[in-house]
Amino acid sequence: MLDTIVIPLLKILVLLNAVLVAVTFMTLLERKVIAWAQSRLGPMRVGPYGVLQAIADPIKLILKEDITPARADRMLFTLAPILSLVPALVVFSVVPFGGDELFYVTDINVGLLFIISVTSIGVYGIILAGWASNSKYPLLASLRASAQLISYEIAVTMTLVSVILTAGTLSMVGIVEAQQESGLWFGFVQPVAFVLVLIGGLAETNRAPFDLPEAEQELTGGFHTEYSGMRFALFFLAEYANMIVITAVVTILFWGGWLRPFPNVEALAFLDLVPGWIWFFGKMFVFLYLFIWIRATLPRYRYDQLMRLGWKVLIPIAIANIVVTGVFKVLL
Amino acid sequence: MTGQAAAAPIFDTDELVINMGPQHPSTHGVLRVVLRLDGERVVDADVVIGYIHRGIEKLCENRDWTQIILLTDRMDYVAAATNNLGYCETVEKLMEIEVPRRARYIRTILAELQRIASHCLWLGTHAMDIGAMTVFLYAFRERELILDLFEEYCGARLTYNSMRIGGLPLDIPTGWDVKVREFCKVMDEKVPEYEELLTNNRIWLERTRDIGVISAEDAIGLGLCGPPLRGSGVYRDVRKDEPYAAYDELEFDVPLGTRGDTYDRYLIRLEEFRQSIRLIRQALDGLPEGPVMGKVPRLIKPKAGETYHAIESPKGELGYFIVSDGRATNPYRMRVRPPSFCNLQGLRPLVVGHLVADVVALIGTIDIVLGEVDR
Repeated sequence: MLDTIVIPLLKILVLLNAVLVAVTFMTLLERKVIAWAQSRLGPMRVGPYGVLQAIADPIKLILKEDITPARADRMLFTLAPILSLVPALVVFSVVPFGGDELFYVTDINVGLLFIISVTSIGVYGIILAGWASNSKYPLLASLRASAQLISYEIAVTMTLVSVILTAGTLSMVGIVEAQQESGLWFGFVQPVAFVLVLIGGLAETNRAPFDLPEAEQELTGGFHTEYSGMRFALFFLAEYANMIVITAVVTILFWGGWLRPFPNVEALAFLDLVPGWIWFFGKMFVFLYLFIWIRATLPRYRYDQLMRLGWKVLIPIAIANIVVTGVFKVLL
Repeated sequence: MTGQAAAAPIFDTDELVINMGPQHPSTHGVLRVVLRLDGERVVDADVVIGYIHRGIEKLCENRDWTQIILLTDRMDYVAAATNNLGYCETVEKLMEIEVPRRARYIRTILAELQRIASHCLWLGTHAMDIGAMTVFLYAFRERELILDLFEEYCGARLTYNSMRIGGLPLDIPTGWDVKVREFCKVMDEKVPEYEELLTNNRIWLERTRDIGVISAEDAIGLGLCGPPLRGSGVYRDVRKDEPYAAYDELEFDVPLGTRGDTYDRYLIRLEEFRQSIRLIRQALDGLPEGPVMGKVPRLIKPKAGETYHAIESPKGELGYFIVSDGRATNPYRMRVRPPSFCNLQGLRPLVVGHLVADVVALIGTIDIVLGEVDR
């Protein structure tokens, strides 16, 4: 009873809150990092150095009037933001933040597959949002989004196959343990796959330079143009939660999850003094920072160029990578 | 995806008509473009203007000659100094007033500072339209320095009213020239910084290369002027062809494009940054002593007659056509040839056949200010 229901429920509760708080502070981090890149200060008014901005924003959004356009499809309009946020939160259940059982809700033997399939549900939220708004710009944006997400989903999934081949398991914990056994993070074994997943991850989370669905310059905000208040915020929560998921997946798959650098070198054993979850969050932070950095630097791809990159570059490379990995696997 | 959209009962045609503006983040003011789309491809575009029409030309007929300078500020409000310059020179031409050499040099400096400021705004918004938002803030950071210089010179930051018929209202403040030199030094460092972010960026290249190509013949036929015309390789710069202010005494190059695409127009404006700095430096070096105001009658009242005079504003050829009946203290008729308006003629041929995302890039590349288009 305690082990099967109470403890997992407690873990879920803690995890959910942790993720949501992390997401709110992600928005602050993003604003701050971009501000520094642009020689600005960023939020400075609420709390010391603006740290309480992360609290002020959600409060503002909750208090705002929640408008549903008169001709929108009410049910789908309400469902869309939920549908995009929930999958983004659900996948955290299989993300191990540390090697100990305390740090993950569950470890299922198809963990990676679970993440891939659940995150792809999120795209329905975007499609429905665009469609239910009954407005032209959101419709265009949601068509773009669905095309983009589906094509990059394929590229990323294809790439992950080569990682699965290397690790020999789909379990998230198993993949990290495989890296411990081989003594080498998969980022060094599968550098091509790492780059592909990173690019695909940017595209899947609608981040710059692939932020076409919400290209504010062209589509005046994209699929969430008609949303306001907390429902609008849910899309943002989903976007940032997805970002965290992608960085977590990259960390686990390629950079050894909670493992310290050179996990099997005895001389570096003192690094074990730092708990695994700190390594994990440290690595994740590097990638989150990278995502923000990229956003501050690069212009945006055009829709057709994005599709070309996905289908003509990423997917062929991903397939070639599977073949090469397979050949090596058989030979070695 | 188009097929699915068309199949939905709400849109019972194959083409989707969307309305871009007048309230849209990338139409640079209150421009309205009605786009007919086939999927994301633009089949046809209709450019609607007039949302900020204030009747400035008509207003000018009811103000005296000096008051009009203030109205010209309100046309191209991001390049007010060149508007002042064009108007003052036209009236001076009409009245045959000799402007002191020092005033002509200071006018040149102001006009070139204004060109840099206007191009900073263009670069920032153009890059922002294509998604590079950091460049926007970098460019505005430098524009702010120019506004500070203008504020020190004439007290205003946007609508300067900085020139008078026959010269300038004020000489430059003490130490101003040193600050302008410092600014030139800053700009020398910053232009490569913009280039680093954009010029060789693959995404930037893909977004601007071969987008909105316009041939030299078409550009002339459409009456384009300024960087969009030079981007197509046409050598036309009023500063060279019909020198005014002190341009005939200064050295500078006119950059030309080869392909006539958005990237060429981008390169040209970046080169104009450098040429403007060069001009400012030369003008400061050769700044003559003397008065800044010529001999102007107390009551400005040109003889009956008409004249046209054009200058190279940051956006292209800015011309004033003024008719005086010789009796009143206001013009009988004033007509402005605004570069933005003429360049906007090019928008429709440019966007047709491109994608929605290119439309904002193309509005950016012709560099319009709606205040000047509508007047």
